[in-house]
Amino acid sequence: MKKINSLSDLIKLREDLISGRKPSENADPVSGSVRIRVHMGTSGIASGASEIFHFFVSELEKRNIQGHVIKTGDLGYSFAEPTIEVTRAGSEPVVFGNVDKFRADEIIEKYIKNGELVDGVIPVNYQTITI
Amino acid sequence: MSDTKKQILVCGGSNCHEKQSSDIIDNFRLELEAVSLDKTVNVARTSCFGLCNAGPVVKIIPEGTIYTGVTTDDITEIINEHILKGRKVERLLYHDPATGKILTTEKELSKNKKQLRIVLRNCGIIDPENIEDAIARGAYLALGKVLTELQPEEAIRIIKDSGLRGRGGGGFPTGVKWEIARKNVSDEKYVVCNADEGDPGAFMDRSVLEGDPHAVLEAMAICGYCIGASKGLIYIRAEYPLAVQRLKVAIAKARGYGLLGENIMGTGFDFDIEIRYGAGAFVCGEETALIHSMEGLRGEPTVKPPYPAEAGFRGKPTNVNNVETFACISPVILKGAEWFSSIGTAKSKGTKVFALAGKINNVGLIEVPMGTTLREVIFEIGGGIRNNKKFKAVQTGGPSGGCLTEKHLDTPIDFDNLTAAGSMMGSGGMIVMDEDDCMVAVAKYYLEFTVDESCGKCAPCRIGNKRLHELLEHITKGHGTRADLDRLRNMSLVIKDTSLCGLGQSSPNPVLSTLDNFMDEYIAHVDAKKCPAGKCRDLMQYVIIKENCVGCTACARVCPVNAITGERKEPHYINPAICIKCGACMEKCKFDAIIIQ
Repeated sequence: MKKINSLSDLIKLREDLISGRKPSENADPVSGSVRIRVHMGTSGIASGASEIFHFFVSELEKRNIQGHVIKTGDLGYSFAEPTIEVTRAGSEPVVFGNVDKFRADEIIEKYIKNGELVDGVIPVNYQTITI
Repeated sequence: MSDTKKQILVCGGSNCHEKQSSDIIDNFRLELEAVSLDKTVNVARTSCFGLCNAGPVVKIIPEGTIYTGVTTDDITEIINEHILKGRKVERLLYHDPATGKILTTEKELSKNKKQLRIVLRNCGIIDPENIEDAIARGAYLALGKVLTELQPEEAIRIIKDSGLRGRGGGGFPTGVKWEIARKNVSDEKYVVCNADEGDPGAFMDRSVLEGDPHAVLEAMAICGYCIGASKGLIYIRAEYPLAVQRLKVAIAKARGYGLLGENIMGTGFDFDIEIRYGAGAFVCGEETALIHSMEGLRGEPTVKPPYPAEAGFRGKPTNVNNVETFACISPVILKGAEWFSSIGTAKSKGTKVFALAGKINNVGLIEVPMGTTLREVIFEIGGGIRNNKKFKAVQTGGPSGGCLTEKHLDTPIDFDNLTAAGSMMGSGGMIVMDEDDCMVAVAKYYLEFTVDESCGKCAPCRIGNKRLHELLEHITKGHGTRADLDRLRNMSLVIKDTSLCGLGQSSPNPVLSTLDNFMDEYIAHVDAKKCPAGKCRDLMQYVIIKENCVGCTACARVCPVNAITGERKEPHYINPAICIKCGACMEKCKFDAIIIQ
C-alpha cells in the first residue's frame, strides 16, 4: 500500500478511482456488467444477507454474468432486510427488499438479464449529499 | 441484457393501501392480457414511494412518470392513453402541495423527499472494509483541507458557525466544546468517541460505524488537530462485534495509507486511534462515567465541574463527542458553515438520524432535517402504524425521554421543542406505541431498565428509582390508590432534582410524561382496577359471553388449570379464582365467545 504523503496524493488517488484509472469493484459498472451491493450491517446479516451475498457471488459465475458483488453497511430499511442494490450498466441503481434465494434467482433471471423489474423494489425516499 | 420492456410499478408493501394495491396490480395484469400486452409490459410491486398521503402510487418505466391516487377505475385509461398512445394522463399526475406545480418524474419529486442523508451519506454505498471506496466518496478530504489550509481556530470557527450540536443527547454546541478543550493547556490531550449506544431500540451509531467507519476516524483526527491532541480513543460496547471488527480494519487501513499515525499527509501532524471496550452499561454513555470506565475504574459518574475538557482521561483535557456528531464534521468543513446552518431550525441545525422501532410499518433508520414533524416521520417516512391500529404515543430519547402523544404530532422535531414538550431528543431512538400498549406498563418497563442500569453511587437514583418501580408494580397489580399517583409524581421530581448524573436526573421522565399525558389510564388502574389497553395481566379477566357460546367444550379441553366448566352444548363459565390468564381458551374459541374484561 502506497502511503499518501500529501493532500494532492489523496486528491489524485480519488480522481484515479473515480475515473477508473485505478480499478475499483465498487465503481459504476461498465457496459455488459452489473454491480450488486448487499447491505450487510448487523440487521442485514441477522436476516440472512451473508447467504444472499454468497448466492450472488457463486450464481453470477455459474450463469456467466460479468459483475461484482460488494459488501456494504445497512441502508436503514430494517423492515425489508435483507436488501440489495442492483446497478445495471447505464441504469439507475434499484434497491430490492426481502431478498431470499428465490427472489435473488428471480432478480438475476429477470432484472439483471433482461431489465425486467420484480416485486420488492424499494423506491429511493431520500436525498444524499455528495462530497 | 436489454431494456426494451415497459414496466409498471405499483406501490404497496405492508403500508397504506395494501388491499387497493393488490387490486390495482391484478387489474393491470388482467387488462394488459386483454389487449395482448401482458408479454411486453411488466407489472411489479414496490414498497413505499414516500407519498403515502397521495397513494396509491403508480410509476411507469422507462419514462419514470409518477401517477398518484390511482384507483382500479383508472387502469383502462392509463393503459389506453399512456401505454398504447404514449400520452400522459394529466389528471393523475402529482401536484406539489407547496407550489401547485405538476411533478411528473421521481427526480423532480426527490426535492420533496423528507429525508436528507448527511451522516448516512456513505452507508450502504461503500464497502466499509475498503478504504479506497471511502476515498472515492471523499473521505479524508476534509482532514487534508484542515491540515493544509486552516489554523485550528479557523476550523473551530467553522464548526461553531455551523450550529452543530452534540447528537448524543445533550445538544451542547460542538464548536464551543472544542474551543474549551483547545484553551486548556496541557502536554497531552485526548479525543474520545462515545460509541456506547445504550438506549433500548437505538442503533444509529452502530449503523454508522458498520457502514462508514472512516467518517468517524477522519473527524476524530480533525478534532485532534483543532484541540491539540495526538491520541484518539473510541469507547464502544463489546456487544457490537461487527462494528468493532470494521473499525479495527478501518483503523489498520487508514494507518497503512498514512492517514492515521505520524506525519499525516506530510503536514507534521500526528494522530492515532485506539479502541476501548465497554461492557454495555447504560451509565457509561455519561462522559465522566465513560472516562472512568476507560481508565479501568468502575463506570460511575462524578460531579461536573471539572468537565472532561479540563480534566478528563488520565486527568488530561479530553473532548468527548458522539459517533453521529463526528460523522457530521467532514461535510461541515468541506461544504461550509453556511450550508450546514441553512438546514434545520433556528437553534438546531443540520439533520438527525432516528431509529424507528415499535409498532410502526417501516422499522429502520432514517435521517431528516431538524424541524421535520413527528407526523411526517411516523406517518410518511415510517409508513404509519402497523395493522392499521391507532397511534397512541411515541417515546423519544429512550429511558431518559418521555412519551409524546397525538397533540405533539405536528411539533417540529428539534432539541428545544422536544424538551418543551416534556421529552428529549436523546440519541435518536423513537419507539412508537399503538392503542394496545398500556402506558403504565410502558413507564414500568423503562423504570425496570433504569433500576437495572443505575450504578448505585447516589441514593436518589439507587433507592428512588427502585421505589418508583415498586409503586408502578403495585398499580399494575391493581393495588394502587390515588395517593400513590401523587407519591409517584413527588418522588419523580425529587429524583430529578437530586440525582448526581444525567441517568438519575432523567430516569423519572417516562413516569412524569405518562402521568401528564395519560392520567386517565393511571386513574383507571387505581380506581376501577382496570387496564384500558388490556395489557396488565392482574387487572384483566377472561369472560365467556353466554349468547355466543355454543358449548363446544374446546376451551375447557385446552385450559391447563381446568378453570372452565360447563355441560356440552350449554354455555361455559370461567372461574376467575382458578384462571391463570394464559389466553389459551380465547385462541381456541371459534365463536368469539371469550373476551377480556
